[in-house]
Amino acid sequence: MTRMAVVNRAAFLTRPEHRGLRVIALVSLLVAWEALARTGRVPVLFLPSPLGVLAEGWEMLRSGELLGHLASSLQRLVLGFALGAAAGVVVGVTVGFFAAAEAVGTPVLAATFPVPKIALLPLLILWLGLGEPSKVAVIALGVFFPMAINTFTGVRQADPLLVRAAVAFGARRWSVIRKVILPSALPMIFAGLRLGAGTALLLLVAAEMIAVESGIGFLILHAGNLMQTTKLMVGIVVLSILGVLSHWSLGRLERLAIPWRVST
Amino acid sequence: MRVVVEGVSKVYGDRAGHAVRALDGIDLAVNTEEFVAVLGPSGCGKSTLLNLIAGLLAPTEGAIWLDGELPPGRAATAMVFQEFALFPWRTVQANVEFGLEEMGLTRDARARRARRYLDMTGLAGFETKYPHELSGGMRQRVGIARALAVEPPVLLMDEPFSALDAQTRQLMQEELLGIWERTRQTIVYVTHNIHEAVYMADRVVVLSRRPGRVLAEVKVELPRPRAEAMLGEPAFVHAVERIWHLIRDQAVQALRE
Repeated sequence: MTRMAVVNRAAFLTRPEHRGLRVIALVSLLVAWEALARTGRVPVLFLPSPLGVLAEGWEMLRSGELLGHLASSLQRLVLGFALGAAAGVVVGVTVGFFAAAEAVGTPVLAATFPVPKIALLPLLILWLGLGEPSKVAVIALGVFFPMAINTFTGVRQADPLLVRAAVAFGARRWSVIRKVILPSALPMIFAGLRLGAGTALLLLVAAEMIAVESGIGFLILHAGNLMQTTKLMVGIVVLSILGVLSHWSLGRLERLAIPWRVST
Repeated sequence: MRVVVEGVSKVYGDRAGHAVRALDGIDLAVNTEEFVAVLGPSGCGKSTLLNLIAGLLAPTEGAIWLDGELPPGRAATAMVFQEFALFPWRTVQANVEFGLEEMGLTRDARARRARRYLDMTGLAGFETKYPHELSGGMRQRVGIARALAVEPPVLLMDEPFSALDAQTRQLMQEELLGIWERTRQTIVYVTHNIHEAVYMADRVVVLSRRPGRVLAEVKVELPRPRAEAMLGEPAFVHAVERIWHLIRDQAVQALRE
């Protein structure tokens, strides 16, 4: 008689976190880049070194140049994002909850949603002028659509049993929306905010390449025209930091706003 | 408060557009402070009947009446759901206060009322928990506390313990009876469990398979308060056998489908 040891055949399915590997990957990428730049084989015009970018960024920060650009960009970003997100939630709930609003809203949204919002910028400039309003408006539009569609989906996914329970305990239309529909839609609304944040950054940069004197997008375009590649890279790094920060803070906000979520 | 169901039928349109008759000519009266169990095989429309009494659906034919005085601002009915239907974003306490908010009670009055029914249902110490942190039995306690808190003259219960394991169910049945001895609402209790129906109710209304009709009403001749020891008494066994006899053929047919 032979004896066979039973081994865990599912062991290869476990996914360890590999925290160290994450750091190593990022650091070695930077080191390789720095090394490549230092060999002098690639002209600085095409590929400035990471340390050079860091030094330039520090210099721009000290002179106040960077903060000025950042302030203008953040102002457009925050204003456009807030307007678009608020409008998106209101429209999403209305279209999701009221049958008549759905009949009106769905075809309109379906027809306008696929238009790349950047294509509307010339039109918005015609309507609102070259100043700030057209920039804010294009960002707001870009945020509005993912927000409206996600909110709509979230509203539709609300558990009918919970709606029925609320009505059984005396809730009328407004109570049902406020106390059942909105909390049900909250996870989808946050997913929409994340999508919207990405779109907002994209549209911000595009809008800042037309008729502005400040902003990260302007900084990148201007530096590119003057072939100041290091400065250009500073702008790109700042955008990357903005993207990571907005993603991270939305995640924190979501955990605060949805404490009943089992764990994500 | 007395519940009167008069010649009620309910016809649904199914997905293919065919008319499905869920309930057919139901006549039923539940007296004040009476505990009536509505029993039937699955798909007999007993939950539909409860939703009709709660005013969550409109009958196709017939009418439903609630006879009795109702102070202004009070809800006539409250419901306990099979799947609990707790609001996951509300703590235990906030769930229990839901109906009270809709009644327009002040924050203090709500907290006081919730305190009373949280204690009564054994939920003291769990006020700040979320439903997902609780076991099935505890969740349904929240469901019961939420319903009792609005102090409804009529309590509607839709298979409240059928999602629980057998031991928990037995304990919850006893607790519910204990609470009812104190609060004494009219209760309409839907179940597919014959033993449960006979053990809990004063009267068992037996429904047929779809379309649901009243097959019989069986009076349970057991004294109150009920106790586990009565499960072996001739009156209990007799009632169970009689009901089983009534719905056996129906169950056999359902099995063959």
